[in-house]
Amino acid sequence: MRPFTYERAESPQAAAAAAAKTPNARFIAGGTNLLDLMKIDIEQPAHLIDVNGLDLARIEGTDDGGVRIGALVRNTDLAADARIRRDYPLLSRALLAGASGQLRNKATTAGNLLQRTRCPYFYDTNQACNKRLPGSGCAALGGFSRSHAVVGGSKACIAVHPSDMAVAMRALDATVETVKPDGSVRRIPIADFHTLPGNTPHIENVLTKGELITAVTLPKPIGGHQLYHKVRDRASYAFALVSVALVVQANGSGRVALGGVAHKPWRVEAADAELPKGAKAVAARLLAGAQTTDDNAFKLTLVERTLAATLAEAKERTA
Amino acid sequence: MKFDTPATTNPIDRLKVVGKPVDRIDGPLKTTGTAPYAYERHDVAPDHAYGYVVGSSIAKGRIVAIDTSKARRAPGVLAVVTAQNAGKLGKGNFNTARLLGGPDIEHYHQAVAVVVAETFEQARSAAQLVHVDYARAKGTFDLASAKGSATKPKDGKPDTAVGDFDKAFAASAVTLDATYTTPDQSHAMMEPHATIAAWEGDRLTLWTANQMVDWSRGDVAKTLGIPKENVRLVSPYIGGGFGGKLFVRADAIMAALGARAAGRPVAVALQRPLMMNNTTHRPATIQRIRIGTSKEGKIDAIAHESWSGDLPGGGPETAVSQTRLLYAGPNRMTAMRLAVLDLPEGNAMRAPGEAPGMMALEIAIDEIAEKVGMDPVEFRVLNDTQVDPENPKRPFSQRRFVECMRTGAKKFGWERRAARPGSVREGRWLKGLGVASAFRNNLVMKSAARVRLERSGRLVVETDMTDIGTGSYTIIGQTAAEMLGLPLDRVDVRLGDSSFPVSAGSGGQWGGNSSTAGVYAACVKLREAIAQKLGVDANTAVFDGGDVVANDRRVPLTKAVAGGDIVAEDGMEYGDLDERYQQSTFGAHFVEVRVDAATGEIRIDRMLAVCAAGRILNPKSARSQVIGAMTMGVGAALMEELVVDKRLGFFVNHDLALYEVPVHADIPHQEVVFLDETDPISSPMKAKGVGELGICGVAAAVANAVYNATGVRVRDYPVTLDKFLDKLPPV
Ligand SMILES: Cc1cc2nc3c(=O)[nH]c(=O)nc-3n(C[C@H](O)[C@H](O)[C@H](O)COP(=O)(O)OP(=O)(O)OC[C@H]3O[C@@H](n4cnc5c(N)ncnc54)[C@H](O)[C@@H]3O)c2cc1C
Ligand code: SF4
Repeated sequence: MRPFTYERAESPQAAAAAAAKTPNARFIAGGTNLLDLMKIDIEQPAHLIDVNGLDLARIEGTDDGGVRIGALVRNTDLAADARIRRDYPLLSRALLAGASGQLRNKATTAGNLLQRTRCPYFYDTNQACNKRLPGSGCAALGGFSRSHAVVGGSKACIAVHPSDMAVAMRALDATVETVKPDGSVRRIPIADFHTLPGNTPHIENVLTKGELITAVTLPKPIGGHQLYHKVRDRASYAFALVSVALVVQANGSGRVALGGVAHKPWRVEAADAELPKGAKAVAARLLAGAQTTDDNAFKLTLVERTLAATLAEAKERTA
Repeated sequence: MKFDTPATTNPIDRLKVVGKPVDRIDGPLKTTGTAPYAYERHDVAPDHAYGYVVGSSIAKGRIVAIDTSKARRAPGVLAVVTAQNAGKLGKGNFNTARLLGGPDIEHYHQAVAVVVAETFEQARSAAQLVHVDYARAKGTFDLASAKGSATKPKDGKPDTAVGDFDKAFAASAVTLDATYTTPDQSHAMMEPHATIAAWEGDRLTLWTANQMVDWSRGDVAKTLGIPKENVRLVSPYIGGGFGGKLFVRADAIMAALGARAAGRPVAVALQRPLMMNNTTHRPATIQRIRIGTSKEGKIDAIAHESWSGDLPGGGPETAVSQTRLLYAGPNRMTAMRLAVLDLPEGNAMRAPGEAPGMMALEIAIDEIAEKVGMDPVEFRVLNDTQVDPENPKRPFSQRRFVECMRTGAKKFGWERRAARPGSVREGRWLKGLGVASAFRNNLVMKSAARVRLERSGRLVVETDMTDIGTGSYTIIGQTAAEMLGLPLDRVDVRLGDSSFPVSAGSGGQWGGNSSTAGVYAACVKLREAIAQKLGVDANTAVFDGGDVVANDRRVPLTKAVAGGDIVAEDGMEYGDLDERYQQSTFGAHFVEVRVDAATGEIRIDRMLAVCAAGRILNPKSARSQVIGAMTMGVGAALMEELVVDKRLGFFVNHDLALYEVPVHADIPHQEVVFLDETDPISSPMKAKGVGELGICGVAAAVANAVYNATGVRVRDYPVTLDKFLDKLPPV
């Protein structure tokens, strides 16, 4: 960890302005990702802006019948919220499938969206990694890539976004609300929020310099059976090999998003339409153009099988 | 004292304290966070600075240049030590690679520098500024491709053969020829390797986490080129070792060098991401097993060959050792071959040899039993032997293996196992039961202790024995209490200091039996001294309830020390009983698993171990040892693998986020049964080891249960879903 300066933000806009004017500044929320990365010299901020004191920890209704989740709502509180459990059970289930109780107590909504990949080469500063050090290469290509992306990757990076929460938000058509240093606000559909690696894997989302996430909103509840199925190597907390977020309506229509397969929560709207045809057809659409390695090719089979099991479970509940 | 004839009745047989499931006497310290571990000894070195170790970023090659100037100028930095300014260093007897690399680099994350600063944060920050230029050399990193170049190891007993294996195998009615692989594994203990070093003139004290105090004291001296007498090593509390702390590691040497350079004490803990490549690991193996039986399932021929790799000068993983002893069969052969690999140093990890050996052998037994059409419990019972099968004149000292199998089968409900694999389904789960033998040799090691009866009536025991979380404090206290007829709370046990008599140390599951036997010897001497003081005959006197009872008279022990403390020191040495008899520990592991029919996720439902391991000195701490070992066995079965990057030559998943081990949610239900037995051939304690027995066979029992559940056989550990998903029935 390198020496850094620290301040507490007074307001969201002040936080954004401070971040824009101080070189190499970072916001700190729960710190569960940022601090780990600072300790091993991957994140090297010169200045930390602590946003924890801001009034961004509320969950409240929106005018259109949806819900606004403050950027600082802790993962534990969000998962346990009565309205979320009733109206958006998918989100609650995805949150509870992630990390551990202690981590969820600290982790925030915004921090979770912005957590960084778990690619082992990203974590080892001796290794080539375009995400950590643009232009240095990608050690995962041709290396150990069992947990890596099967869709949307590039020659520069095949890392996955590790969040469970974000996968549910993607299926629920969430919108990310931000404030910029000049005080203007933005609403970014989650589909557009995270980016694919392309030639710039160090860029992971569309936030601009200083831009602060203030909330995530969800449109009005869509009902249906909402299931989050996370597959992992052990029962205790672990990152997903793959995960499936599924919403199925009584008439068989629905939505599906995947975790653990791409640089962002993965949804292909055209695949939703295939849901009545079953897992094979949906998986084919979702994973069209997949590029696998020897280590991660199993994910294609795993996605299809997990999807089939999740669809079967949804059907059972409908019956 | 020499132990060269089987034990007869002795004071331990009274079992007033020994054999009772008493709580660990160090338990309250540990649960209240007041047991001082090495890195927390701020009391002994309040002014200590912090060292941070820099590891090599290449696997093999040379340091061309190393620039520490920036690091030296960083805030708070007191010293930077590299091979250039460390002075001449030797290499310990127990180390394969040097603990400070440069200019030659032998493996990834080999220490190349230690940065010493006022605070930990300053040391860590400055460590990023050490700039090293390397010249990479080509290395060999892949066991499978290096297998062909493997040679017969020079030391030990790489090959054995009895009868004519090839002929018998060719003529067998039923045969199996299968190859299994086990991966490199990490000890991944909770407490990292950690040391505080302080020099006083040319004398060095190390407060460290080390399982073998005397070995390591010698190796520190040898590495630093100073007399052994000038080194004091103190290691009273150790947060897990599993073999990873048998030897001196970089933390100790770098702390010593850092302290010398900085002119004050220095604390070094290896950072977690460095541990997997900087320290030792359990080497990967490739194992070929061939078994030939009669139609009825009697083994005619059995062969076990194993290939492993290590750095030049290293040794093989002795994965065939159990196959020399576990099952009968007139025609047999075993062989070990060693390849040179430029990966980090391979070495002992909990039950070296048997743990990976049993992972392979016990799947093979499951496979051949199925081919014969026999229940795997019955197959094992049929092929039991009461003598060393390579040398039938040598009996086992005790072998109640069949009883373990039978007891376990009954208790576990083995009869409910469906012989046809893949045939039991409950909702989304495929269910299966698996069994495996447990087997681990019992080793005895010379061990000494000093005991002192104080005027207050308290008994103090001192030995350099270590407690790595195993319960040594408690069983040593129980032994001394039993010998002197005292309640346990009148005994003080002091361990892990090289100024105490040299013990067996903790390793190879020899510690419990050997260290208590050493305490036994010292107590015999103390009893003699007390008896003499009281004018009674030591051989007939009974030490009971704080008194000495002789000639129908009860005299309080305290009377003997009215004039001053009485001290006695002795140790136990062993004759050739372990050559005349084969001493081993036995058990049976039963496991029930469920496998998600869609995703292939494997979850453990319940586990049972039945162990026959001599006298159980403390059933509570012994049980803790066995359930811990079973948990580690589940890790070996289902998730633990140090993944080798075969291009770059290092273990990629070098932290606990990526090297997964089983934790609470993975282990729902465990049971342990100890057969009631004593083994008078092993020591006067009549005890043997259990801490390693508990892991041997577990992984295979899990793998066999997965096979029973799914009908898919996985021969490459760990058994992860990607290895069999495509063979599961459609969803
Ligand atoms: C052992 C372990 C296991 C885990 N397992 C899982 C798992 O299974 N599934 C899963 O989904 N996650 C898992 N996680 C990740 C965890 O969910 C994240 O660490 C957590 O959500 C991050 O939230 P935080 O508030 O602590 O973020 P921080 O660490 O504080 O911040 C993360 C990033 O977000 C930025 N940031 C924070 N707030 C804002 C804001 N308002 N606007 C703009 N930028 C902001 C920070 O600058 C930083 O770059 C695990 C983490 C650990 C350590
Ligand atoms: S996959 Fe991405 S994160 Fe991983 S090494 Fe390659 S560039 Fe870095």
